[in-house]
Amino acid sequence: MALEPESTRSGAHAFNYSPAPESRAVARLRTSYGLFIDGGFVESIGGATFKTVNPSSEEVLAEVTSAGPGDVARAVAAARRAFEGPWGVMSGRERAKYLYRIARLIQERSRELAVVETLDNGKPIRESRDVDVPLAAAHFFYYAGWADKLEHAGFGPSPRALGVAGQVIPWNFPLLMAAWKLAPALATGNTCVLKPAETTPLSALVLADILQQAELPEGVVNILTGDGATGAALVAHDGVDKVAFTGSTEVGRRIAEIVAGTHKHLTLELGGKAANIVFADAPLDQAVEGIVNGIFFNQGHVCCAGSRLLVEESVASTVVAMLKRRLATLRLGDPMDKNTDIGAINSAEQLGRIVALADAGEDEGAERWSPPCTLPEKGWWFPPTVFTDVSPSHRIAREEIFGPVLSVLTFRTPDEAIEKANNTTYGLSAGVWTEKGSRILAMASRLRAGVVWANTFNRFDPASPFGGFKESGFGREGGRQGLGAYLDD
Amino acid sequence: MQTVEDPGARVAPLDDAVASAYRDAAATGVSSLVSSQDRLARFLAGLPGVDKVGCEQRAAALATRSIKMPSKLWAIELAISMIDLTTLEGADTHGKVRTLCAKARRPEPTDDAVPPVAAVCVYPDLVAVAREALAGSSVAVASVATAFPSGRASLAVKLADVRDAVEAGADEIDMVIDRGAFLQGDVGVVVEEVVAVKEACAGAHLKVILETGELATYDNVRRAAWLAMLGGADFIKTSTGKVTPASTVPVALVMLEAVRDFRAVTGRTVGVKVAGGIRTSKDAIRYLVAVNETVGDEWLVAARFRLGASSLLNDLLRQRRKQLTGQYAGSDDMSVE
Amino acid sequence: MTEPRLEVKKTYKLYIGGAFPRSESGRSYVVTSAAGGFLANAAWASRKDVRDAVAAARAAQPSWSAATAYNRGQVLYRVAELLEARRGQFIEEVRAAEGATARRAAAQVDASIDRWVWYAGWCDKLAQVAGSSNPVAGPYFNFSVPEPTGVIGVVAPSDSSLLGLVSVVAPALVAGNTVVALADELRPIPAVSLTEVLATSDVPGGVVNLLTGPPGELVPVLAAHRDVDGLDLAGAEPALAAAAEATGATNIKRISRPVAPGHDWRRDPGTARLLRFVETKTVWHPIGV
Repeated sequence: MALEPESTRSGAHAFNYSPAPESRAVARLRTSYGLFIDGGFVESIGGATFKTVNPSSEEVLAEVTSAGPGDVARAVAAARRAFEGPWGVMSGRERAKYLYRIARLIQERSRELAVVETLDNGKPIRESRDVDVPLAAAHFFYYAGWADKLEHAGFGPSPRALGVAGQVIPWNFPLLMAAWKLAPALATGNTCVLKPAETTPLSALVLADILQQAELPEGVVNILTGDGATGAALVAHDGVDKVAFTGSTEVGRRIAEIVAGTHKHLTLELGGKAANIVFADAPLDQAVEGIVNGIFFNQGHVCCAGSRLLVEESVASTVVAMLKRRLATLRLGDPMDKNTDIGAINSAEQLGRIVALADAGEDEGAERWSPPCTLPEKGWWFPPTVFTDVSPSHRIAREEIFGPVLSVLTFRTPDEAIEKANNTTYGLSAGVWTEKGSRILAMASRLRAGVVWANTFNRFDPASPFGGFKESGFGREGGRQGLGAYLDD
Repeated sequence: MQTVEDPGARVAPLDDAVASAYRDAAATGVSSLVSSQDRLARFLAGLPGVDKVGCEQRAAALATRSIKMPSKLWAIELAISMIDLTTLEGADTHGKVRTLCAKARRPEPTDDAVPPVAAVCVYPDLVAVAREALAGSSVAVASVATAFPSGRASLAVKLADVRDAVEAGADEIDMVIDRGAFLQGDVGVVVEEVVAVKEACAGAHLKVILETGELATYDNVRRAAWLAMLGGADFIKTSTGKVTPASTVPVALVMLEAVRDFRAVTGRTVGVKVAGGIRTSKDAIRYLVAVNETVGDEWLVAARFRLGASSLLNDLLRQRRKQLTGQYAGSDDMSVE
Repeated sequence: MTEPRLEVKKTYKLYIGGAFPRSESGRSYVVTSAAGGFLANAAWASRKDVRDAVAAARAAQPSWSAATAYNRGQVLYRVAELLEARRGQFIEEVRAAEGATARRAAAQVDASIDRWVWYAGWCDKLAQVAGSSNPVAGPYFNFSVPEPTGVIGVVAPSDSSLLGLVSVVAPALVAGNTVVALADELRPIPAVSLTEVLATSDVPGGVVNLLTGPPGELVPVLAAHRDVDGLDLAGAEPALAAAAEATGATNIKRISRPVAPGHDWRRDPGTARLLRFVETKTVWHPIGV
């Protein structure tokens, strides 16, 4: 596991960092979980259940209920009652205080949430602990403050909530995506029915417990675990006024078709194939960190991952060499070990997709490389992988892989970099690395992407609007602009 | 068990490729670079910049490494073996130096398994005392010199300072660069002084102190590091310990990157010493992690990495006892020199 | 005795890429007045005309959005000047198209000109209202700016032949979008006259393109076109709009749904339409020496 031990050279011994496992006990996992409807946990009408599994070991973590159409109807009805009842008449000031409570409770139970997230998702505990959970709390904290200031938010003097929001979220940042959806929706006075991803239901269910502790009125938030069919039923339900979806572009398309011609408002946050552009005058060591962080953070399961490295040709071999050297220090293994950098792939299906696309990359003639690492026997794993000699027409340059696979292309001039970076139907994010200020601004202004990270990458903040251009979706989450998704214009 | 192939691939091509980034230096040769202030200044300006936020982020990420047993014990003992146990006070006496040297050769009276430290570091006029007190041990005698800590004296005076220390028996010389010259752009002066001091060392091992706190930016730290190495430094060192900020992990990162890149270009291996403000085992281990993940474990030996410190040793010994016995030592359990 | 003078009738063409081509299909359809009398033969745009218009809009979009906001404001204000100069013509055409009284037609034309002026003034202010400097929790400068969505397909309102059209086209232009508009099928003449104003003002060719013809044929083409980034279905019938929205999902078009019947175009539009075809871009940069 982890790094290959170095052979001893000039008397040095390998500094191998002994195992540093986080304790599982704090997770307090139950053997089974129900649906969270109307303020309590209930069984599904149809009685269907499914298992959720730890992707690093394939061990079953818990049994979870699968919501059917009847459950969807129940949840939407509960949300409707809450909207027409207590939540709809509540002042923004009072709504705010619920959201502040939720933020604080997330902070209080942060360790439990981080462990649950790592067990269910496969991401390293260090990321759950240092990124996912703190950001989730921060989102609730940020939007809590907007709840009683909506008339100053730029949406008119008395903006109105939309009603019942049906929200479908992905498996890559389960708790954080729940926060991104619930916080602004609740702050603006809507009620919610949230559908977590099939492979990562647990942190949302712990969040449900937190909502109970916060004494959130019944029905204001309902959480329906289940599969794609549950999400489809939710999105299609007549009682839903607003649909918010984060996931693949392909599914986003289908959802847009479903809501066409209805009264439902829609926002979508979809896939990406971001270009991370490195100029010769970049701060190279930090650029390499940015490249690594850009594609290998969260095992590359990030819609805004910097999955295409566009490096200025004059420094391409240097940067690639530095990158490969740096990748050799990444530690792949048990997500519960605090020193793990690369965790498990979330599911066998996702692993299959990554393997297929990586194989396609080789078939197309790109040069494939991974640092030496040992993959554990159980669970789903993929080593960090770099493809060089990639052409813009290669599948690995065009299609979203959603895994720890980087495609390296070169460019000669800033115009060429822009052209190549924008030559995609996606438009979620982009990175630029150069020490020249005017060039940073020129690149930022010409890149067709909703988020441009200049001399940094993968930075998130509740005050910072996030969302895509083109087929990466529309609507923004975060910031003042993020309120717009949940207000009636 | 699946294993990804080709473990050898990571070593050979890398050095060539990194060298190409410094085409100038490799082509013209180090000596011609050093002899031309103009060429030197342009070379330094062409080195990659350091983004402060990104650099500090990397250091912070390295600080999240959790080092548990048995690795922790190994790291503590390694750190002890890398210490330059230091006393640089106006009030230093022969007695003070002697007791320090006794601690240096046998840090843990209750356990011979604890290695001696790497060196004792004193002012030039106490070198002879240290030398006598350390006779027969593996602990080296390091002396500061060149009008330490400010470096504000004529070259002749600074060289005389060095020769004094060398004649008194110093194995290692810790010099300071001329920060004034650096900040006013006289990079040629800076490197010439290093060359001259190296010569005056007459075979003693030279550490060049950059005084990173006065250089103020990471870009300057990178440039000063290169100047020192081009001038012949065996080690580059962060600080005198007399100025705040002294050593920090981000600064050490920049210097480790510099020695890594210097080796790729010239083939010569230079060591790194961090000094000033390193008080706890946790601090020390953070530096070892930074070394490990920046230049690799080839630098995890006293011949390539040093910790300049005084109170750090007791904290390392305390942590060692805790790991071995499960108990923390009280303040009276540890000797004070 | 003086001869009665015969009027020289106008041929109504499409407006694509700054020029006035006839429909590529060579077809036309009869436009009647509200009273039922013959007004004109309007060009019957074909699918190819739609594609040509989209291509022109796409080609014009980068430089329109790269123009300074001040410049766009100046260009749009000039349009208002020329509309004013032709006030009489427009009143006559709105009267004929809608069967309105002279007074009501004049009110509509005046409101249209004033609205155009209003939107012209928005160009260099939108960024200050829609954008922001975001106080992130770290050493980063973080700002958001509004950018144009791109090429917007517009189905002009069917209940207001000039004011409605102005109210949906102008806001899209403010942010730097370019437009392919389908005029109201039954009352297209004020729209065509508007394009003559655009052509003689400083609006670059391709920034606004206007087609006339049956929406049932042309809207689906716009909806399916992958180089159209947004669709304003203001004047589309519900069933047509629903189908267009579904088709538009192919490239995740931003959709603005039809206005409710009886919508009062004279009301203050607020900023909703301005913000509809705007993409927020957020930029991060570290702060450090």
